Amino acid sequence: MNAIDGNNAAQFLALHDRRGSSSALSEAGAAALRHGGLPRRDVEAWKYTDLRPLTALAVSVAEAPSEAVLATANGLLQGLQLDMHGLAGVARLVFVNGHAAPSLSLLPDAALLSVQDAPAEGSLAPGAMAALNATLGQGGAALRVPGGVDAGRLLLLTLGVGEGDGAVTAHPHHRILLEPGSRLSLLEIAAGHGLYVNNPVLEVELRNGAHLTHVRLQDEAVEALHLSTVRAEVAEGGSYDSFSLALGARLARHEVHATMSGRGAEVQVNGAQLLDGQQHADLTSVIVHKAPACNSRQTVKNVLSGRSRAVFQGKIVVERIAQKTDGYQMNQALLLSNEAEIDTKPELEIYADDVKCSHGATAGALDDDQLFYLRSRGVPVVEARAILVRAFLADALGLIDDEVTRGVLERAVDASWDRRSSDE
Amino acid sequence: MPAVAETISAVETLNASTYKWGFETDIEMEFAPKGLNEDTIRLISARKEEPEWLLAWRLKAFEAWGRMVEPRWAKVGYAPIDYQDAYYYAAPKRKPGPKSLDEVDPQLLAVYDKLGIPLREQAILAGVEGAAPAAGDEDAEPGEGARPQIAVDAVFDSVSVATTFRKSLMKAGVIFCPISEAVREHPELVQRYLGSVVPASDNFFAALNSAVFTDGSFVYVPKGVRCPMELSTYFRINARNTGQFERTLIIAEEGASVSYLEGCTAPMRDENQLHAAVVELVAMDDAKIKYSTVQNWYPGDANGLGGIYNFVTKRGACRGARSHISWTQVETGSAITWKYPSCILQGEDSVGEFYSVAVTNNHQQADTGTKMIHIGKGTRSTIVAKTISAGQSDSTYRGLVRMMPKASGARNFTQCDSLLIGDRCGAHTVPYIENRNMTARVEHEATTSKISEDQMFYCRQRGLSQEDAVGLIVNGFCKDVLKELPMEFAVEAQKLLQISLEGSVG
Repeated sequence: MNAIDGNNAAQFLALHDRRGSSSALSEAGAAALRHGGLPRRDVEAWKYTDLRPLTALAVSVAEAPSEAVLATANGLLQGLQLDMHGLAGVARLVFVNGHAAPSLSLLPDAALLSVQDAPAEGSLAPGAMAALNATLGQGGAALRVPGGVDAGRLLLLTLGVGEGDGAVTAHPHHRILLEPGSRLSLLEIAAGHGLYVNNPVLEVELRNGAHLTHVRLQDEAVEALHLSTVRAEVAEGGSYDSFSLALGARLARHEVHATMSGRGAEVQVNGAQLLDGQQHADLTSVIVHKAPACNSRQTVKNVLSGRSRAVFQGKIVVERIAQKTDGYQMNQALLLSNEAEIDTKPELEIYADDVKCSHGATAGALDDDQLFYLRSRGVPVVEARAILVRAFLADALGLIDDEVTRGVLERAVDASWDRRSSDE
Repeated sequence: MPAVAETISAVETLNASTYKWGFETDIEMEFAPKGLNEDTIRLISARKEEPEWLLAWRLKAFEAWGRMVEPRWAKVGYAPIDYQDAYYYAAPKRKPGPKSLDEVDPQLLAVYDKLGIPLREQAILAGVEGAAPAAGDEDAEPGEGARPQIAVDAVFDSVSVATTFRKSLMKAGVIFCPISEAVREHPELVQRYLGSVVPASDNFFAALNSAVFTDGSFVYVPKGVRCPMELSTYFRINARNTGQFERTLIIAEEGASVSYLEGCTAPMRDENQLHAAVVELVAMDDAKIKYSTVQNWYPGDANGLGGIYNFVTKRGACRGARSHISWTQVETGSAITWKYPSCILQGEDSVGEFYSVAVTNNHQQADTGTKMIHIGKGTRSTIVAKTISAGQSDSTYRGLVRMMPKASGARNFTQCDSLLIGDRCGAHTVPYIENRNMTARVEHEATTSKISEDQMFYCRQRGLSQEDAVGLIVNGFCKDVLKELPMEFAVEAQKLLQISLEGSVG
């Protein structure tokens, strides 16, 4: 196919070549792209998500932000009203178009959490977007929490600012290492302005008994593309507890590859996608049980209006050694418009016999009886719908333990919902 | 057929020599030259005395096939197939045109006797041993209180050797004959429906089948007719290095109903043989087709040597309002299975059902499931798939439920359960759910587990032996599917599931 229209990653490869000397990781990424280009829909993992909106763009790699860009970014930051959300004074790392913005950041106590600028290195994370990230890798923050320390909360803000004719693309590569018995609660927020492509990679390594809570709020600009990859490896007794909320972007895909490599590890990959208009969002996860007696949990909810389309692809792999695995996966979709579409592919791949794995999926409209119940009690239809949608999402959002973090997401959902309802 | 149900025991027992349908019959055969090209297709078409349009259709399919790539997305692995290293036509030599069963080569009849297939039109109910053969002559009506009769079409390699009860069926207006005969006798029906559900270039194996299909069954049930007996086809691969490419076409006109069973076996050989069939079902307004399969192709030996590659395309079109198509399958044989019996639910309020038990053992690989495409308003579908993996086998459920924009009020319910026996096998579930209509409702549930210690303990505590307990639990596990089989098969299948899993837990 490439012979006909050339490699669809050609302009990214050209950007790579222009940058000259690069790391082994960058070369590995470029080699992957040179070989097959960016995936088309005939690649099984991309069956439901079309990358042509990305390949059709005239792209550049974002330069270090100018004063004007930083000013815009600061405006976006203020707009998030973090102080009002109980996050005043919480350490935060701000990246603008993939570049660290120290002037907007608030560094954590180095004894609890060390932060270093680090080039992208190591092995190539799975997935096409990680390959693209590696090809144009910008490096990012390397975080480390020492053994036994509870580092509390950290905000990771990635702000995109599009300007000019083409699309700036950001390819930050962050790493988090939690030493044995340590904890961190990470709230990642992606927002922006204009047309840009945010393609971050986050590598997470959790040593024995370490716990990371990772909550993501993806509220990118309406024109933006958001393509992110998380690779997490969890050792014995550790836990990676994540939640990803997708509200923004024209095209979004969040890919999670989580591996439990030690006994008794736990992974949660929960999420919600609330879409409208022509939005397309995709949550794809591969959860691998590589050790006995591990648990994985996944609840993903989708609320779809307009002509939006949500994709959920969740794969759970239980390797032969992973006896006593307990896996659970649930994906539900609420279709609020006759033009919305949900595509779901929950997948179990199981090689151990003493396991308990189940998955479920449902898709349908709001329950007429429930609507009737509310309306018969005098609740206007718009409000009744809002109540039912919130209740539907509450099952998922309720999985976030930290009240402050959950509050941020709930408010974001409400704001997004109000925005849509007022458009109608 | 009766023997078929005992499959699982054969599969389960590590010694594959217990596959008791594995004998080979030395019958004088006529082959087309080895390999696949236009000449092969012209020869098949000429042997079948086919009209020009069908040859043209075959050649078009062959051309399409040449441009297609073998699908690789299924979770099965096998060495590349050399499509030129096989015979595409193998027929027992025979005197021209046997007019009745008496003229059929006695050696062939002996084969079917050995397989337990009632070609002599005895009112033997498949699966019931010792049933007194109430000698039936051709025109005998099924009497009151008599055991139900089964009409059988027996396909031996590339040709149909006999079809029973045709006269009784004709009286009811039902056409049941080999498809090669239907092409000659009822060309207008065949031309109208052949390829209308599975187009010639639908997929790689369907295109191959369309190019070289040799025989299979044709069923036509006219308006308002309820087919008076179960119809059945028994497929037998016998010749070496041949592929079997049968084609089945079943049409139920408005208000008609028919229940159809198929069974299959093959000799034990060290090489793999290809079976690429196409089955098309068409149901008009208020028609009902029930299609049951007991698939017992040779699964290969304990080391994974030999066995049939079963790459089959089965699809039913619910064209009419309130039409109903139901697929029930018990899959125990074949080295590799690649099969997704599907329903296109076009007519308003039409219903599709898929009930499946797939058992794999040793080195078998099965990638099977269904597709339910909801097009019409108020369409409903139910999927119940049970997968049992043992030995070093891999078994995958792969299914698609698609709600099209016009499928208002459509419903689907899917339940997939997997049971693993032993820690060297794999069980996988890959459902695809696509919903484009807000009023359509889709529900999917899947579980994977082993036989729980609690269940075993409960049974053992009440005095059941280990084997009986396993049998009871497995039967319970498969109950939702087995109850969909015609009763006699269900009884047999239950017994056999139990026998088959002896010694696999403990």
